[in-house]
Amino acid sequence: MSKFRFAPHANPLLKRCQLYLLLGCMALCLATLTGGQYDPSASRLLATLLGHGDPLTNLIILDLRLPRFLAALGIGAALAVSGSIFQRTAGNPLASPDLVGFTVGSASGALVTLLLLQLSGNAVILGALLGGVLSALLVTGIAHVAQARGERMIMVGIAIAALLAALNEYLLTRAELDDAQEARLWLFGSLDSLSWSKALMVLGGCALLLPIAAQLGQRLRLLELGNDLAEALGLPVAYSQYALLLVALALTALAIATAGPIGFIALAAPQLVKRLTHTSDIGIVAPALMGALLTAAADLLAQRLLAPFQIPVGLLTGALGGLYLIYLLASQWRRTL
Amino acid sequence: MNIHVSYPSRLYSDKLSLDCGSTRICHDISVAIPDRGFTVIIGPNGCGKSTLLRGLSRLVRPSAGKVHLDGKVISDYSTREVAQRLGLLPQSAQAPEGIRVGELVSRGRFPYRRAFSTWSDEDERAVLAALQATSTLELIDREVDTLSGGQRQRVWIALALAQETPVLLLDEPTTFLDIAHQIELLNLLRNLKETGNRTLVAVLHDLNHACRYADHLIAMRDGRILFEGSPAEIITPSNIEALFGLRCVVISDPVSGTPLVVPR
Ligand SMILES: Nc1ncnc2c1ncn2[C@@H]1O[C@H](COP(=O)(O)OP(=O)(O)O)[C@@H](O)[C@H]1O
Ligand SMILES: [Mg+2]
Repeated sequence: MSKFRFAPHANPLLKRCQLYLLLGCMALCLATLTGGQYDPSASRLLATLLGHGDPLTNLIILDLRLPRFLAALGIGAALAVSGSIFQRTAGNPLASPDLVGFTVGSASGALVTLLLLQLSGNAVILGALLGGVLSALLVTGIAHVAQARGERMIMVGIAIAALLAALNEYLLTRAELDDAQEARLWLFGSLDSLSWSKALMVLGGCALLLPIAAQLGQRLRLLELGNDLAEALGLPVAYSQYALLLVALALTALAIATAGPIGFIALAAPQLVKRLTHTSDIGIVAPALMGALLTAAADLLAQRLLAPFQIPVGLLTGALGGLYLIYLLASQWRRTL
Repeated sequence: MNIHVSYPSRLYSDKLSLDCGSTRICHDISVAIPDRGFTVIIGPNGCGKSTLLRGLSRLVRPSAGKVHLDGKVISDYSTREVAQRLGLLPQSAQAPEGIRVGELVSRGRFPYRRAFSTWSDEDERAVLAALQATSTLELIDREVDTLSGGQRQRVWIALALAQETPVLLLDEPTTFLDIAHQIELLNLLRNLKETGNRTLVAVLHDLNHACRYADHLIAMRDGRILFEGSPAEIITPSNIEALFGLRCVVISDPVSGTPLVVPR
């Protein structure tokens, strides 16, 4: 117990929530590595993890399942922290990279690169990032010109996202069959056949960006009080908002570059933590763990639900996200009635 | 209670003009805020009272003219230095969902944060003093959303007090409060001025409250200062008519002896 009564301290519920989420991730790790089409015995799994396993188990566990699982954790953490920053700067539980057009814009970028420019590989990733950034800029630009903030900015985002979704459909109908197959993956993110190099990229990106987000995250406590009060309390508001937005966009871009657009995580993970802990000041760790857990769980379901057919994980999170959004809107309406 | 004010504060503007987008809201305002006084700004809705407060606290950059704080042009200070000298409680303050009173009030210590160190005895003392001064100490574990309007307003004032600035600007602190809570809050502010040696500026809507509590009144209309001075000097039927377009008589308040405006 600290001698201070009023010092900002971590909420005990938040600490407990972080612990449970960590345990959840560990349990999920075990469930992902075992089970499924190829279910190694405990002794084979142990042998593989200790570095003297048989070739088949090594291949499946170390080269297929482990990088995929680790990448899911990293992507989920990046998306959730990004969403948490969006929501707390906008003061709105609906704000997220999905709803400012970043996600669908990145799909458009990938489709344009793939189908119109006929490029492939890293160029598509670059195209996706460019598309995401451009549509996010478009949305914030329109919102800025129209002086729309909060809820109204999200309306602008929804309108732009609808336009881009139509563009995506159109591009797909125009595509050759082979191209369309590859292109469709960009509509919904997927972790199929994810390599170690991609897993290391996303984990490295998280190791770089999450500490920055945690450092800047202190400013969210002030921004939440409204711009005027934040500035009156000595926070450089405009600079803080830009810096936070930049980190949030970089985190989303990292996730999209790894596995394409995976919706819903950024929207839901921070809100779930908030509801579970009854605190507004959820920090960075709890949403990161929640996002990691949700994404890894969704990916496990996506792999096993209709096995051997693999559902793209983005499709699954998208469907869950739709349901969640309806629930969120309904509970908000009930509150305002 | 010990609230330290270590230097004489001085806040004034010199031919200050403030714009919102391309519209000029405040024109050529030269006003000096009396040190250690309770200054009240009055005027019809939309006349630029909030904008003036935002200009005086550097939230709006002047399009012309300057604001001076403690002998320097206010834009020569860092944001943080301003926040240690001058506090503002805006009209639009919003509490994040689910935040507790103690947590909210301690955010008022932000201007004093140091790199790496977290919380000091000084911070602890300031927050406790602010909670005691506003009688909100027993509320620290309550969620702000669940408080009554009067309690919530006292909590916001506690946050501004925890900031420990010699100058404090409050935008409509009594709006949405019932009459008893309005008086309670105004007494609290007067008490702060007298015991804490602070310079207070508030926007108030009730003219009679303004007359009773202010020792200096600033009357604004259409982004300009129409008149200013002590309530007894400037509250006359003709001035009130010029300010609000309201015909009235002015009598002496039977309780405080200050001017009492009675509409015809
Ligand atoms: N963000 C804004 N954009 C455009 N006009 C604004 C904005 N804020 C205030 N105004 C205008 O500035 C004028 C003064 O507003 P304000 O200072 O809030 O007045 P008061 O506080 O006296 O009611 C009003 O006419 C209002 O319409
Ligand atoms: Mg106002």
